[in-house]
Amino acid sequence: MSVTAKGQGRTAFAYLAPALLILGGLLAYPIYQLVLISLYDYGQEQVSGGAPLEFLGLGNYQKLLGDQQFWTVFGQTVAFAAVCVVGTLLVGAFLAILATRVRTWVRMTLFLAALGAWSTPAVAGSTIWLFLFDANFGFVNEVLGIQGFSWTFDKWTAFGLVAAQVIWCSFPFVMVTLFAGIKAIPGEVLEAAALDGASAFRTAWSVTLPLLKPIILVVTIQSIIWDFKVFTQIYVMTNGGGIAGRNLVLNVYAYQQAFAASEYGLGATIGVVMTVLLLGITMFYLRALKKSGEVL
Amino acid sequence: MRRWLTEGFVLIVAAVVAFPLFWMVLSAFKPEDEIISADPVPWTTRPTLDSFTRALTVANFGRYFMNSIIVALIVVALSILISFLAATALTRFRFRSRTTLLIMLLVVQMVPVEALTVPLFFLMRSVGDSVPVFGLNHLGSLVLVHLAFSLPFAIWMLRGFVAAVPVELEEAATLDGASRFRFLWQVLFPLVAPGLVATSVLSFIHAWNDFLFAKTFIISAVENQTLPLALQVFVKPDQNDWGAIMAGSTLMTIPVLIFFVLVQRRLVSGLAGAVKG
Repeated sequence: MSVTAKGQGRTAFAYLAPALLILGGLLAYPIYQLVLISLYDYGQEQVSGGAPLEFLGLGNYQKLLGDQQFWTVFGQTVAFAAVCVVGTLLVGAFLAILATRVRTWVRMTLFLAALGAWSTPAVAGSTIWLFLFDANFGFVNEVLGIQGFSWTFDKWTAFGLVAAQVIWCSFPFVMVTLFAGIKAIPGEVLEAAALDGASAFRTAWSVTLPLLKPIILVVTIQSIIWDFKVFTQIYVMTNGGGIAGRNLVLNVYAYQQAFAASEYGLGATIGVVMTVLLLGITMFYLRALKKSGEVL
Repeated sequence: MRRWLTEGFVLIVAAVVAFPLFWMVLSAFKPEDEIISADPVPWTTRPTLDSFTRALTVANFGRYFMNSIIVALIVVALSILISFLAATALTRFRFRSRTTLLIMLLVVQMVPVEALTVPLFFLMRSVGDSVPVFGLNHLGSLVLVHLAFSLPFAIWMLRGFVAAVPVELEEAATLDGASRFRFLWQVLFPLVAPGLVATSVLSFIHAWNDFLFAKTFIISAVENQTLPLALQVFVKPDQNDWGAIMAGSTLMTIPVLIFFVLVQRRLVSGLAGAVKG
């Protein structure tokens, strides 16, 4: 190109300016603010100007890590995310494999149904599931013959119901991605394995699986990132975290601390903890992406 | 024989997966007494629009529908413009901080935006003091945050599409006397349109589905609520108006569903393009 390097840089930044402005102001600056707020005692009185800001240093972190409820919620978040991730992957992978063995119209029917589940907004999906599992008017209780049984009252059935809903709307992504991955394996590779006398199981285990490994890694980590920060489903289905907050996960906990209890400093602290955890997972994600061949 | 079994099983799974949506639409058309019947049946002989009428009049759903549409469409339009320019800069130009910017774009996508509710709440509060339209309780605040959330991925994805357009094309256009501006909007823009479709759909859906930020920002201005919040109006501890809730859910889901089905092929090729980069 005929333009000088310096001119290129200037044009480039002119093009980038709107994006940098938005991202700087509404992502970078809030991240900085998040950390800052987490270092202060920032409650309703400080917000309204009734009390001076008090710098706590790591006081909020100390308080949080010493709080029994935080560790309970943390454990629940990890367990809930684990169940969702494993469920999503198993259902998605199983259906992706089945999808390769059926005729096109059957596959399209499955994919269309999955597309519907995938595209349902989280709020709508949650309310539909609540209605289906309603104690008195729900279709599921009618079929099972257990009218009056409340799925959302007991802590564990409530978590199970939310997990099922999350799996319902997130397995399509895994299924479609893995299906595309399986389809992308060249037929010659599988034929060669068959010619060499490998059994169907042997081919799946020693040829297909290793070839799919990068894709499996990517969908796994993507699922972990998504399921770790579920908010809407928990909030809607357990009415803000369940009775006495026993269905809380970190995201909802942070929201309740900040906006229900007006402990903005503590809410921000939980936010920082979550961000650090997820960035840690992201590092693995980046390495997985690199291995699967994506280049910067 | 085995294929028949597999196919039968797959069809049953498809039916189970689609069932919640079927139930939603069915319940939206059921008369009220059938909805609160103790023996719900998976059909209705007396379809009615009562629930839709109730949702649209009692809860003013039409207004919230428009609010959601306005937010989502403005986010999409701005995100197309801004991400197209940024992606062009990042692929067509060589400058010092380019790689740093790319890495930051990737990292920023991983920040859980849910964690940012507290700082963003205070940011919007102070923005509102000087520019009310972008402050709390106004749709502008939602437009701003969803724009910010959708940009990193949109830019990241569009890079692949811009890069796929041969540089020779730009040289040819320059030789033919086209200005850089004309090349940008009349040659490059139409060529990356498939990528723009894919990113737009994702930005639209993010803005459309958002519950958390609508709940955080739109505190007291009921007239500025969006659909996800409005749906909560019907959810009461003891007496849920399930008919209206299902009608509302249907109204909320249909646009996304149509969108998804219409562009699914482009979406998949778009995603593939982004990955191939």
